[in-house]
Amino acid sequence: MNTANTTAATAAAPYLSVNNIEVIYDHVILVLKGVSFEVPQGGIVALLGANGAGKSTTLKSISNLLRAERGDVTKGSVEFKGARVDQMTPNELVKRGVIQVMEGRHCFGHLTIEENLLTGAYTRSVSRSELKDSLEKVYHYFPRLKTRRSSQAGYTSGGEQQMCAIGRALMAKPEMILLDEPSMGLAPQIVEEIFEIVKDLNSKERVSFLLAEQNTMVALRYADFGYILENGRIVMEGEAKELANNEDVKEFYLGLSGEGRKSFRDVKHYRRRKRWLS
Amino acid sequence: MTFFLEVLIGGLLSGVLYALVALGFVLIFKASGVFNFAQGAMVFFAALTFVGFTEVLPGWTGLEPGSGGVFWLAFALALASMIVLGIATEKVVLRPLVNQPPITLFMATIGLTFFVEGLAQAIWGANARGLSLGISDEPVMWILDDFDIIISKFDLIAAGIALVLFVVLALLFQYTRVGRALRAVADDHQAALSVGIPLKHIWAIVWGVAGFVALIAGLIWGSRNGVQFALTFTALKALPVLILGGFTSVPGAIIGGLIIGASEKLAEIYIGPFVGGGIESWFPYVLAMFFLLVRPEGLFGEKHIDRV
Repeated sequence: MNTANTTAATAAAPYLSVNNIEVIYDHVILVLKGVSFEVPQGGIVALLGANGAGKSTTLKSISNLLRAERGDVTKGSVEFKGARVDQMTPNELVKRGVIQVMEGRHCFGHLTIEENLLTGAYTRSVSRSELKDSLEKVYHYFPRLKTRRSSQAGYTSGGEQQMCAIGRALMAKPEMILLDEPSMGLAPQIVEEIFEIVKDLNSKERVSFLLAEQNTMVALRYADFGYILENGRIVMEGEAKELANNEDVKEFYLGLSGEGRKSFRDVKHYRRRKRWLS
Repeated sequence: MTFFLEVLIGGLLSGVLYALVALGFVLIFKASGVFNFAQGAMVFFAALTFVGFTEVLPGWTGLEPGSGGVFWLAFALALASMIVLGIATEKVVLRPLVNQPPITLFMATIGLTFFVEGLAQAIWGANARGLSLGISDEPVMWILDDFDIIISKFDLIAAGIALVLFVVLALLFQYTRVGRALRAVADDHQAALSVGIPLKHIWAIVWGVAGFVALIAGLIWGSRNGVQFALTFTALKALPVLILGGFTSVPGAIIGGLIIGASEKLAEIYIGPFVGGGIESWFPYVLAMFFLLVRPEGLFGEKHIDRV
């Protein structure tokens, strides 16, 4: 499952590479069964798949948040810029430039938006003026946050919380953001707005993104490359455009098929049972 | 009326001291979700360590017993021991139990209580001792002259020290990087981890601060009631304070302390005679029980922010 030749941006040494990792929760539950992929520098890569396919687990095994949930990477390795990072603490990893925005946003509810953003800069020991510059930068990308800066994050809307979570990650000056389900529970318009900002950050700030999404259609529109996970394995990969046009992907994740719209019941009966791996 | 005020103010002042002990509980509970049953034992340990050092220091250093030098040196040493004890507790007892159910952690802190109590007495001996902070327990004269109310100078100064401590801690939490990180950890461990806040450092800091608060509480309580084993029970008065104020709120600990302090003294004076007195020792618990029925999260307990 090597994809080094597929993306133009991939240099000799891959930027982020996940090599055949296996993840076990609580010593018994096998969740990832050998997942490998790469993210090129400056790219947006989407990890797609249904509920429970292992998208979040994959992101957490990169950011090392897994151990806090009694999960363990038992095989394989994760390398960032040529160095192994799988035994690091999240703190060390954030200092190296990889930060995760967790699924479900996880803002600090009782802190104000601005305080939330400031906690993102915890790992950087910088002066007040530098902090202020970083804040202004975040407010530049998320003008909405500026208007809500002194409200408690718990009382802001879902979209604002998602922006707060991404903004908070930006405060750490990351090179790469692992973005878990940014579209969850948000109105399509807000989802669009957030993805536009992600694209902006990608092109202007040169932040690479690894994106876990269930919202296949939107994710493939903004990503360069995609992987599809099923049952803890990668079952398909390709350029985002190719994937978006792939018949199986269309049918399984977009609910479309060659013969036009079809009742979901039929899909379930004859097609859904077909899995790439079982 | 003046008598009522006298009782009320006396109650409020002792309430501040309850709040001081409660604060130690709140800090740890907020940051790590552990209800540290051993906080009372830590107060005892702190007071005993301080007294112990004031006894042995003159022999070691040749300083004059009871002098300012001995006092501050003993204070510094006791503070250092408390911080070491706090951090060691976090490292040795609680960190290996991370991610275990709360009841496991709670049991661990109960075990810790006995250990700390035993350790203190093993090092410094079990006999009760006096502790003098050099503040006399006499009425403040100008208040007595102008308003005809007797207020103990000691109580007033003790309350003042406690208030300064509250303000300093509040400012630290509100405006510093570490303070912000602390509140972040209290809100959401996982998210704090994800932005790179090292939980271990934060927990160590919290336990260190709790040790410091225990020392201050121990000094004040110790000089009031003597340094003896009963100090650990006085510290348990913090429980009704917590139930009243909410387990996660620093202002709640203060207000709860004031309410408990004032109400137990008033109850003793005004209800006590009808039931034969001695009401002071159990009234707070009854009040707390009543509160549990009406408002289980306490006056200032974490309002769960729910979006609908």
